[in-house]
Amino acid sequence: MALLELRDVHKTYHLGGEEIRALDGVSMDIEAGEFISIIGPSGSGKSTLMHILGCLDSPSRGTIKLDGLMIEKATSRQLASIRNQKIGFVFQFFNLLPKLNVLQNVELPMIYAGANAKERRDRAMEALQLVQLENRAKHRPSQLSGGQQQRVAIARALVNSPRIVFADEPTGNLDSHTGEAILNLFRTLTQQGRTIVLVTHDPEIAALTPRRIEIRDGKISVKVDPRLAGLDRVPAVAEPGKAA
Amino acid sequence: MNLWSAITLGFKEIWSHKFRSALTMLGIILGVSSLVAMSALTAGMEKGMKEALIAIGGLQKIRVERQELPIEQRHLRDQAPGVTMDDLKAIRASAPLIHEISPEMRLQRATVTANGKTIRPFMLNGVWPEAIAMNEHVVEHGRMFNEIDDEMARSVCVIGTETRDELFGDPEKMGHEVIPLGETIYINSVPFTIIGMFQHYESEQAKKIRELKAKEPKVPVVPGAPKRNRGWGGGRQGGFVFYIKNAMIYIPLNTMWIKFKAGNAMQAGLSTTGTPKLDNLQLKIGDLETLTPAIQQVHNVLMSSHKGIEDFTFRTQEDWAEQIANQIKNARLSGGMIAAISLLVGGIGIMNIMLASITERVREIGIRKSVGATTFDVFVQIVVESMVIALVGGLLGLITSFGLVQLLRSLSPTDNAPLITASAMLVAFAFSALVGVVAGLIPAVKASRLHPIQALRYD
Ligand SMILES: Nc1ncnc2c1ncn2[C@@H]1O[C@H](COP(=O)(O)OP(=O)(O)OP(=O)(O)O)[C@@H](O)[C@H]1O
Ligand SMILES: [Mg+2]
Repeated sequence: MALLELRDVHKTYHLGGEEIRALDGVSMDIEAGEFISIIGPSGSGKSTLMHILGCLDSPSRGTIKLDGLMIEKATSRQLASIRNQKIGFVFQFFNLLPKLNVLQNVELPMIYAGANAKERRDRAMEALQLVQLENRAKHRPSQLSGGQQQRVAIARALVNSPRIVFADEPTGNLDSHTGEAILNLFRTLTQQGRTIVLVTHDPEIAALTPRRIEIRDGKISVKVDPRLAGLDRVPAVAEPGKAA
Repeated sequence: MNLWSAITLGFKEIWSHKFRSALTMLGIILGVSSLVAMSALTAGMEKGMKEALIAIGGLQKIRVERQELPIEQRHLRDQAPGVTMDDLKAIRASAPLIHEISPEMRLQRATVTANGKTIRPFMLNGVWPEAIAMNEHVVEHGRMFNEIDDEMARSVCVIGTETRDELFGDPEKMGHEVIPLGETIYINSVPFTIIGMFQHYESEQAKKIRELKAKEPKVPVVPGAPKRNRGWGGGRQGGFVFYIKNAMIYIPLNTMWIKFKAGNAMQAGLSTTGTPKLDNLQLKIGDLETLTPAIQQVHNVLMSSHKGIEDFTFRTQEDWAEQIANQIKNARLSGGMIAAISLLVGGIGIMNIMLASITERVREIGIRKSVGATTFDVFVQIVVESMVIALVGGLLGLITSFGLVQLLRSLSPTDNAPLITASAMLVAFAFSALVGVVAGLIPAVKASRLHPIQALRYD
């Protein structure tokens, strides 16, 4: 049984009579320990897919199964606990709380996990060390650069040691050196048995992950991107589970 | 999330919008302080009433007075005996529920002259020595006249401080104690010797004010300036009930009859034989519970001794006490209403601000939910925040109420000085907490129902 199973997932938005199919029949399996990149043009539905995978949004049609649990049947309390314990989410637009400092932002998931103050502080500092921001703990998000904010968002996603991390363009604002450091961090995490799913525009980064999924107009594209062809050792739509 | 983090979060949120929070709290502050002040006001009234009630002898006192005959008995008017010493004897003999009895004969429109001054006393009564206990009098200087004085119809009197002030001078103005024992006063030109003086009666509050005033420096008198009366002195400040007691002059009942009444009755061609007519009889019962049966008993006794002519009536302090109790109830009701309305308005203010605040924080709520906040966590956060505003406002309101009560006290320095009670403070504080919770409910439900992704897209 796969860690995550998507079956014929649709997400449709209705805007003034017009129907927008952000996701149009997506089926996929994600195994524990996989390192997956999702690529695709802007507006193709990558973020929408990530939100559904991360149990933040529900599909208009279709089913998702996480760890054997049917998400549409889960109670809101179960969902909250899944978001808190099993999933770490790095948003495309960071979504840090502007009134809290960096440390408090990273501590946030642990507050809802019920950790005590000392434990929260210690683990938040550890997470900040992973993204090399321990010296910015007392700063407000507004006092950081875009790349630094992104790293804070990554630290927050990692702090509760989730089984799966979803990262929507985690390296989009980073220089190649820092981006590589983040990718190395993710790779180490997969080696520890964690599952990483990241969205990227950058074919070079996508090429570094063992499995790639391409999205086009809300569908998983079977066609291999010609730019990626040369870099590929495995097909763009890989057989799931082989890397683990 | 535990409660403690929710509370610290609430305080942080309030602190980050200091001005807005302060304005919101103002509603609660006003509500709570007016609630406490209103109840202090009524508590003060109640205390003043109790003191006054005790001063006039309590609710256990019944007065038997003469009354015009009922219409169907008008033709028997010349047979009506009135309230007499015979009634006293009959009640004593046959009404065991009556514990004390004291006759009273009043001298209307008397003039009293002494020390070169003439006054019209408020009340000049011929009584038995029992009147002291009956009316809760305390003879501080000298003595009350006794049975022998009464028997011999001696020309002695006991006066109150008000009479002393008017005839011999107010010790506070004179600057020394004035005890006119042994002095002679002329009641309708008949000489009487003062053998006793009552203590000065006043409410606790009046006493406090007087003592405070005594400590203040005297208004300097400009030498050579004409003397003037600076207006109403402390004379009536103690309230009317206390004034009446202070203005009282007692003489023995027999003296009253022989010196003032018997002669007049003769001149008017009325009977001077038989028992003297009284103005009233004062009765006291043991237990308030027996008030109705006691009156019934006395009624029966008098009906038989008056041969069925109902020329008497009973007067108790109940009406008076009830009236005042009613006034207090009304004051409490209207005051409570005002306070409740202002608390309500305060609560609406909180709800308004909380609604505005959650619309402002939709993204924040979305972020919290996306990292694992449950519906309940968000609900608690908003309710606690609303409660913190209300409770801080409530606390400030309690502090403000002290100032408010001080203000009310200085505005009306009477016997009914407002009295802050712990229970009123507790109730007001509990109400502010309640208002906080209720005001937070709708915003909290709204916030907790937000969908994480929709909330994150909101702007
Ligand atoms: N709440 C919404 N209401 C209406 N349309 C939406 C909504 N959310 C997403 N869409 C639409 O769904 C489509 C997919 O959007 P999505 O954000 O998933 O794209 P994306 O692949 O992440 O793009 P990008 O690479 O620019 O981030 C877009 O056409 C977008 O306009
Ligand atoms: Mg996107």
